[in-house]
Amino acid sequence: MRSAGIDIGSRAIKFVLCEDGRVVGSTVEDTGSDPLTVCRRVLDGLAYNRITSTGYGRHLFKEHWPEADVISEIKAVAKGVTALVPGCRTIIDIGGQDSKAISLDASGKVQKFTMNDRCAAGTGQFLEMMATALAYTREEFVAAARRASRAQKLSSMCSVFAQSEVVSLIARGAAKEEMALGVHESIASRTAALAGGVPVEAPVAFTGGCARNECLVSLISAAMKHPLRVPESPQTVAALGCALHTAAEGR
Amino acid sequence: MSTDYRPMWKELGLDLEAHDALLGVLGPLYEQTFTRQPQRPEGMKYFDFVMSEVHGLRIKELVDARSSGRKVVGSFCTFVPEELVLALDGILVGLCAGAEFATPEAEKYLPRNTCALIKGAFGFALARVCPYLAASDVVVGENTCDGKKKGYEIFKDLVPNLYVMDLPQTKSAEGRALMRAEFKRFGTYLEGLTGKKLTADALKKGIAAVNAKRSVMHRLGKLRAADPSPISGLDGLLMNQIYFYDDPARFTGSVAKLCDELELRIKRNEGVAPKGTPRILISGCPMAVPNWKLPAIVEKAGAIIVGEESCVGARGTQALTADTGKTVDELLDAVVDRYLKIDCAIFTPNASRVEHVLAMAKELGAQGVIHYGLQFCSPYQIEAGPVEKRLEKEGVPALRIDTDYGQEDIGQIQTRVEAFVERLRG
Repeated sequence: MRSAGIDIGSRAIKFVLCEDGRVVGSTVEDTGSDPLTVCRRVLDGLAYNRITSTGYGRHLFKEHWPEADVISEIKAVAKGVTALVPGCRTIIDIGGQDSKAISLDASGKVQKFTMNDRCAAGTGQFLEMMATALAYTREEFVAAARRASRAQKLSSMCSVFAQSEVVSLIARGAAKEEMALGVHESIASRTAALAGGVPVEAPVAFTGGCARNECLVSLISAAMKHPLRVPESPQTVAALGCALHTAAEGR
Repeated sequence: MSTDYRPMWKELGLDLEAHDALLGVLGPLYEQTFTRQPQRPEGMKYFDFVMSEVHGLRIKELVDARSSGRKVVGSFCTFVPEELVLALDGILVGLCAGAEFATPEAEKYLPRNTCALIKGAFGFALARVCPYLAASDVVVGENTCDGKKKGYEIFKDLVPNLYVMDLPQTKSAEGRALMRAEFKRFGTYLEGLTGKKLTADALKKGIAAVNAKRSVMHRLGKLRAADPSPISGLDGLLMNQIYFYDDPARFTGSVAKLCDELELRIKRNEGVAPKGTPRILISGCPMAVPNWKLPAIVEKAGAIIVGEESCVGARGTQALTADTGKTVDELLDAVVDRYLKIDCAIFTPNASRVEHVLAMAKELGAQGVIHYGLQFCSPYQIEAGPVEKRLEKEGVPALRIDTDYGQEDIGQIQTRVEAFVERLRG
């Protein structure tokens, strides 16, 4: 049986296709301003028996693909991680506009979860905004942070205020690398605080698009005092979880 | 509304254009939220009617009552003792504070980080769109949270007649004495306002009327323990909201009639959702009309709300007032005893609240609790932490939602609620 999973996130659409529980294909595309067209393109010409959607566009997807199952990102990430990191008990997931801490029981069921409040602080969007304010590409931004020997502390966690803080720090001649590290550190401490809302037990996995950022991985690991297991393709974990959910439902 | 109430609204000093705009939003929102629910009990028709006339017929009743010499007392809080108001032949009504209206105007008087309820009250007053406020002879402000306490200092210049009632912060003997003195002072004030005398007989009648209203809500609350649930959480909340507006006796009769219908449904094993639907208890800040945001999301996510531990809900209607006293003083003591039982987060400590939440979850067969906090409401937002920890410790899954009246976070709340419902399903 071919089961599919699609995760329509705020920044990227992720798709995973499984055959009898084994991954046979995956795609990541920018969401842009027209997610439905991207979904159509991603699914074009593919054969599958059933599909499950998640992400902020999950209900929109169901309106157009009524046969789809819909599950929350929390459940999707939990399912995906359980397959990739056997015995995982805690998940940190940071995507474009959400960050989550999820605690799993021994059988992989969601025991407790917390999410960031409505603002974008501590998410991928915050990183992108700060990189733009510092005139870095994403790669340059991470590399700069890793080069810095000390961090320029940011006092504001509001993405709008932090942006103007960065601007005024630039005007005062602060080193860009140190600000880049400061931005990463602020996300790490905010993530550790978020994780404080659930019972944290090892092994801890880190997923979502932001888990591709090595600087963030090491800083969050230090802030949480836990090694982090990052799956090979952290961005597609929720889509994988959807595909596995489809398979498990046997439809 | 078929009758033209515009002359009445104009007479009351409402801003007709702004008021039309408000009704233009309210009507469709109600329609969309309530009338399309599946398997609604017949008895809800009365409450649909009340809502369709909430700015019309009910206001006319208030205006007519005033011309016959009765006084209308407006309030924002469940601590204002209705027994005393009724004893002096007055009418107590809840005032508008459940939606965002004229927020930029309100923010000329209040900091932006003021809770939505207080901002809403200011917005409705400043925009002149709350007919209840316009029809009130006096508005009672109560010193509960800091936001309201300090807000009333400003609000007093926005309304013709504001009476401020002090309230205790602890349930100590001193706290009780303060409430006793303040209720007594309020009684004296009402005597002056109405020109009537507070007698033991009158107070007994007031107590009987309010107790009847509370008792019927207790009956309704118990019926919601059935699985399948005979009534939706949205409709349950709606009745708790109308509790603050409608004529007490008529309201009591209508809820009783609805309860008869629900009993029949339960006997026939009928409900608004299949047996086994995840059951959720809401606990926290009040939801005033038309604040239906969270319950609508929860029930759309495939769960059913079986109770509200809230001022607009079981916290507001909990406990009856003893009516055995012979004198005004004895009866006033009983009134104080009853109001001091309210588990409001303005009290410190407020240990009985979480016990009430746990008891309700158990009695109603709720599998989980959603704690509803209004952004910037320190008493409830701070209390949410310990409440959540205790619930989880007792094996009751809990989810905290902090929000306001805005619509922009609906997607994020939906994600949390859906994940919580998945957690309850296991």
